[in-house]
Amino acid sequence: MPGDAGMGDMADLNERALAKYRNDFLREVEERVDEGHWVKMCMQCGVCAGSCPFGPHWEHSPPKIFLMIRAGKREAVLTSDSMWMCTSCYNCVVRCPRKLPITTIMHGLATYAQRLGLAPKVQPTRDFSIIFWENFTRTGRANEMRLMLRLWFKEGFAAGVKKALSMRDLGLAMLRTKRMSPLEILGGHGVKDVKGFQAMIRKAKEIEDRRRGLSG
Amino acid sequence: MAKKEYAFYPGCTSHYRGSASNYLVSVESMCKTLDVKLTEIPDWNCCGASVSYAGSGELARHVINARNFALAERDLPGQDIVATCAACWLNARETKEQLGASAQLLADTNEALKEAGLQYRGESEVRHMVEVLIEDFGYEALGEKVVKPLEGVKFAGYVGCQTNRPFGIAGESFENPMYLDRLVETMGGEALTKYEQKVTCCGGALAVSEPEKSQKQIKDIVESAYDHGADMIVTPCPLCQANVEIYQADVNRKYGTKFNMPVTYYSQLMTVAYGGSAKEAALDGQIIRATKLEEIAAKPAKK
Ligand code: SF4
Ligand code: SF4
Ligand code: SF4
Ligand code: SF4
Repeated sequence: MPGDAGMGDMADLNERALAKYRNDFLREVEERVDEGHWVKMCMQCGVCAGSCPFGPHWEHSPPKIFLMIRAGKREAVLTSDSMWMCTSCYNCVVRCPRKLPITTIMHGLATYAQRLGLAPKVQPTRDFSIIFWENFTRTGRANEMRLMLRLWFKEGFAAGVKKALSMRDLGLAMLRTKRMSPLEILGGHGVKDVKGFQAMIRKAKEIEDRRRGLSG
Repeated sequence: MAKKEYAFYPGCTSHYRGSASNYLVSVESMCKTLDVKLTEIPDWNCCGASVSYAGSGELARHVINARNFALAERDLPGQDIVATCAACWLNARETKEQLGASAQLLADTNEALKEAGLQYRGESEVRHMVEVLIEDFGYEALGEKVVKPLEGVKFAGYVGCQTNRPFGIAGESFENPMYLDRLVETMGGEALTKYEQKVTCCGGALAVSEPEKSQKQIKDIVESAYDHGADMIVTPCPLCQANVEIYQADVNRKYGTKFNMPVTYYSQLMTVAYGGSAKEAALDGQIIRATKLEEIAAKPAKK
């Protein structure tokens, strides 16, 4: 969906955030990150730390991230690769004695980092997340065929062809079992009221930006 | 029993010729036997899945989900919404919970929905198909319809994450939910209740972006099914089904394993046990064929 901030706006947004919150990163998170007001509730019990399926790859576990937020380690948190490895498995949430919505906070930190242009540039899930968002907001429904093609070809034509060939057997199997339709490339399914769908998303973003002091 | 009616939220993967079209077909067959009428929510939209957060904050995602509620409330009043996809169900439920807890979030959501001429009132409930089966029918009633018990077939019940957490099915534990095993037993199959990978995450959407890390999860999930002597895995989640089935070839290449474990839906089991054909159970939709189920589907019914 168009209308998202360009690089210049991002840098500007970051400058303004720095000026506004100075050293109070906790307050910044509380006001601007999805469910950020929960962060101070973490009592560092460590119960959730071993919950992440990709845990060994996380440089900063969720409790560590919460601690870093309180310690004002803004740059380190927002540029971290860790929360992009959240699989939304909700292991942490059901274990946390304080009932922190950890999954949503991880996603929210990623959203905010992305918004400010601080998210790691080479991060496959970040790419996928953006592509997925663009994919389904275009028609109101996710189009698996286009999604796959965009993913395969994101590193250029040659890489895409290579990827497509390596997936050839699977692709044929999906066609054979009627679990994929080549017609989806041409447009595919979507909602009828795309206009209304996109307008309400635009409005939602506008309202949220206003509430969070993120609008221009 | 009188016909039960629900507003159906199929989700993006479940349309015909989508990656979970086999789920959709078998759910429809199962519902026919149970005399359940599913009416698709007119013009429903994608729930945003769990991985679209780079594109927006939470309000937009609540609005997206609230739109489906608003459509159902307007066009199918009085009917519970039923989702078959774990992520769709989770996201819709999360939205309902959040909007119920915050007057401001509710007002903001409705301000945005107005752009599409809609209003969220919070009247409809959203439920997973499994909840409908267990709560509106119950195991006993589900068992009464069985004409071909799935005798001699061993199932590893793979529940996965999102049908189980954070909401789960009422009365079940997060560590060891039993409903899938009970469903298997109700259909006359053998449930491998000691299967350890029941609630392990398969990587979810990250199977696409982080294939190596996810395939390690998938390897554990399939391996343990073999260790327990399973004939096949059964799951309630379309993403679990797709991930655990289609990446076995990659796992084999990487780890030198020889996995070829069918991964089916509870609705396929039920369709076959209810006397449906392989086609009605969409067994032709398996990449790894579920031969044992096909055999039962081909046999004449016992009673
Ligand atoms: S939901 Fe995310 S943060 Fe929580 S345990 Fe799973 S991967 Fe870790
Ligand atoms: S389980 Fe909850 S309270 Fe404990 S460290 Fe994790 S987030 Fe903090
Ligand atoms: S979770 Fe998946 S299937 Fe469900 S609506 Fe969203 S993208 Fe579609
Ligand atoms: S096991 Fe995988 S696909 Fe299933 S709910 Fe968990 S993350 Fe999603």
